[in-house]
Amino acid sequence: MSDISAKQSELAEAAPDIPARQSLFARLRKNRLSLFGGFLVLISVFMALSAPYLPLQDPNAVDTSVRLSAIGTPGHLLGTDELGRDIMSRLFWGARITLTVSLAATLIAMITGTILGLVSGYFLGWTDTVISRGVDVLMAFPYFLLALTVIAILGPGLLNGMLAIALVNVPFFARIIRGSTLSLRESDFVLAAKGMGAGHTRILFRHILLNSLSTLVVATTINLGFMITAAAALSFLGLGVQPPTSDWGTMLASGRQYLSAAPHTSYLPGLAIFLTVLGFNLLGDGLRDALDPRMRDS
Amino acid sequence: MRGYLLKRLAQTIPVLFGISVLVFSMLHLAPGDPADLLLGSESTPESVAQLRQEMGLDRPLPVQYAAWAGRIVQGDFGRSTVLNREVLPEILKRFKNTLVLTSGALVFAIVFGIGIGILAAVYHQTLFDSVAMLIALAGLSMPTFFTGIVAILIFAMGLQILPSAGMYPARGGDFFDLLRHLLLPAITLGAVSAAILARMTRSAMLEVIQQDYVRTARAKGVGEHRIVWVHALRNASITIVTVLGMQIGYLLGGSVITEAVFSWPGLGQMMVRAIQARDYPMVQGGVLLIAVSFVFINLAVDLIYAWLDPRIRYS
Amino acid sequence: MITHPDQHQAASQSTPPPPLLEVKNLTTEFSTYAGTLRAVDGVSLSLSPGEVFGVVGESGSGKSVTALSIMGLIRRPGRIVSGSVQLRDHGDLLTKSHADMRKIRGDLISMIFQEPMTSLNPVFRVGWQIAEALRLHRNMTKPEAAEQAVELLDRVGIGSPRQRAREFPHQLSGGMRQRVMIAMAMACAPSLLLADEPTTALDVTVQAQILDLMIQLKDRDGAAILLITHDMGVIAEMAQKVAVMYAGVVMEEAAVGDLFDNPMHPYTQGLLDSIPHGTSRGKALKAIPGIVPNLLHLPTGCRYRDRCPAAHAPCARAEPPLHQMSGTTHRVRCWLHHPEPPK
Repeated sequence: MSDISAKQSELAEAAPDIPARQSLFARLRKNRLSLFGGFLVLISVFMALSAPYLPLQDPNAVDTSVRLSAIGTPGHLLGTDELGRDIMSRLFWGARITLTVSLAATLIAMITGTILGLVSGYFLGWTDTVISRGVDVLMAFPYFLLALTVIAILGPGLLNGMLAIALVNVPFFARIIRGSTLSLRESDFVLAAKGMGAGHTRILFRHILLNSLSTLVVATTINLGFMITAAAALSFLGLGVQPPTSDWGTMLASGRQYLSAAPHTSYLPGLAIFLTVLGFNLLGDGLRDALDPRMRDS
Repeated sequence: MRGYLLKRLAQTIPVLFGISVLVFSMLHLAPGDPADLLLGSESTPESVAQLRQEMGLDRPLPVQYAAWAGRIVQGDFGRSTVLNREVLPEILKRFKNTLVLTSGALVFAIVFGIGIGILAAVYHQTLFDSVAMLIALAGLSMPTFFTGIVAILIFAMGLQILPSAGMYPARGGDFFDLLRHLLLPAITLGAVSAAILARMTRSAMLEVIQQDYVRTARAKGVGEHRIVWVHALRNASITIVTVLGMQIGYLLGGSVITEAVFSWPGLGQMMVRAIQARDYPMVQGGVLLIAVSFVFINLAVDLIYAWLDPRIRYS
Repeated sequence: MITHPDQHQAASQSTPPPPLLEVKNLTTEFSTYAGTLRAVDGVSLSLSPGEVFGVVGESGSGKSVTALSIMGLIRRPGRIVSGSVQLRDHGDLLTKSHADMRKIRGDLISMIFQEPMTSLNPVFRVGWQIAEALRLHRNMTKPEAAEQAVELLDRVGIGSPRQRAREFPHQLSGGMRQRVMIAMAMACAPSLLLADEPTTALDVTVQAQILDLMIQLKDRDGAAILLITHDMGVIAEMAQKVAVMYAGVVMEEAAVGDLFDNPMHPYTQGLLDSIPHGTSRGKALKAIPGIVPNLLHLPTGCRYRDRCPAAHAPCARAEPPLHQMSGTTHRVRCWLHHPEPPK
């Protein structure tokens, strides 16, 4: 699981301001590793999108006659799991669940955190005090523990798991956006907009948010990697996605009981998670370097 | 320093209050009647009514919170609804095991993470630097449960040199048995932290090495070895300690997953079971214990931070 | 106060002392992504013991890189390409091993930097930082070195030195920090002190005190000082000899009195015109037009000709050599003063 908080300080350090848009892609392309990361991300997105349209077997079709068959078994290219279900098909369908849950959780966290950060950094005063103290309390929990607490309240399940990991990441976005709002609210163009009579909403969303966009893009990319591991970890513990639905985390958890007989039932989904997270991390690193004026020269 | 200490201590109070409110609310936020939840399978209309009376559930929430907080402060964490035992002794026993695992992971993360980070900075832009940072990035992306399973596949099942589960052999064992059992889980849990520490240490060292005062030290005739290990590291350690503090929180939370992979009899594993069984007093106790410990660890880290940075110590 | 040139010449004529430091044809390059740039391009300097040699120029003229090259502190992506740096009794510093240079730095040659704020390590007590030099070069024990550090602080005019030694840089004022830097540099009584803009970052009132202190310590230890500055006023007050650098080369070199009385190079004239002094009251100060050229794209011929008010045909044809005016120590790199400019 990638660590959100260290990432956060790495980000805060980077604090990208005004990106030179036209050369962003060029700079990204110069960084071959992040290109490779983008490629990994594309593969898993492709798996998720194409699952219903490919001639895959039914991911839930049980066939006990071919339990735990090895990689390369005719008809089951990547073998079968403990119930004889086709692993390749389950990987494709699992990608849908894993990516959807992570993406949705990230969006929830991003939107909530951004609004909280904008409001607290812009209005300051008691609004800021209340929001910042709330964020402090959330950050006082070790990350995964907070997710567990939410699950303990709401009960295990796909939706609850998603809400749990979303909540854990709200402080991450709130802090970053609050910081960038604080610096932008005193900037000349915001003061100019105020002088021209622009309302709070217009200033917040049109001026401040738009100028924090590059920060937000980098933060979201980095966050997605974390979300995928967190979602998979909840499923792995049996607190996230519940059977018969399954994502990569649950596949790995059920395969774990057959480690000696059929290790591929666990390492294949594990590899899928690892490569997707690696993809997002490489991409996030590259984006940060590309959008960070300080590192541009080196 | 005293001013800083007092200020920092004062800051923990609202956080502790916030944590306790959140933990207290768990029972009330959960769908269903708290008394019903607490009684679990033994719930009958009569017992529910009786417990409601005992707990004062009809009274206003602030009063209930005060009563609950009072009991917690006295060490009364309630009774587990599943085990029907006192919560506190149970979680303390498990917490000790979790601390063993977390400490092992921390040692691994510090030695390898900081060590590799320093070396990568010293040998900046060499093959070692590139390879180390590539491995760190991969380590950062390895989910703990996957690392654990790969470790079991290689060292426990393949090479058969290390045990894959538990803290001691079934017949019991000594300290060395514990170390043997600790090795794989500790490395698994500490891997991500080691990767993050390596990256952050490297960048902190590289930044420090470019500073004017390092040039001053060179002008004084200080050797490169001493520059790195005394002048630069002392400054970089301020950043490193901050990252380390966050990593301890990650290790405490992440131990849940590692404990599940390696059947480590810690608090995390117990909490997952308690969540599944809706054993609220147990979950509340566990969350409270870990969160409060983390608050105090953060406090300690901040004090170390202040001690390392005279600009904070003498302000 | 300007040292009269005759005094200096009289001294050097009676007993010509062997130079303490002799830099010859020093060339230092930096590789960048855009190409290799020559920050120092064939610089030669010579310092006698007890002398203050001023190096003056705008930022980017290569004066700091010259000092760092002498110290052996040029790091990647920079490298010293050619030349020699002879230190009396010690041979060519450029051929020394890293270990040998470490023994020389801080002991025989010390350096003071521009920013006392960032040049002191924020996490160590100032006494410790001074004592470190003594422990490295004088093999003192910790308590001995600490005691000596207190004495050094006292010598550089810091009040209650015993208490100050236990403080951290952020607790001291800018002037006090620079005094600490000087104490550190003078700890082992070096024979050569390189001072890179030692007063630039300080308040005007503090500047004079720091300069006085440097002269005081120099006279006491008999050290020579290579004083790098962009401030002609500081040169006038401190130096006996001066070299004017521009874009990596020495443009003019002379005894201080000569240079101020008879600046020959148009660049030197421009520098002198741009400083305020009593007689210029009421007149507008002249600034040199243009900026220091990009070292990657130097003009052909004379590198100053883009900005030079006296530029003429020969200037574009070839770079003028540093020509010694007959009968003097005055040297100037300009076709105006050369007997045979290219046709």
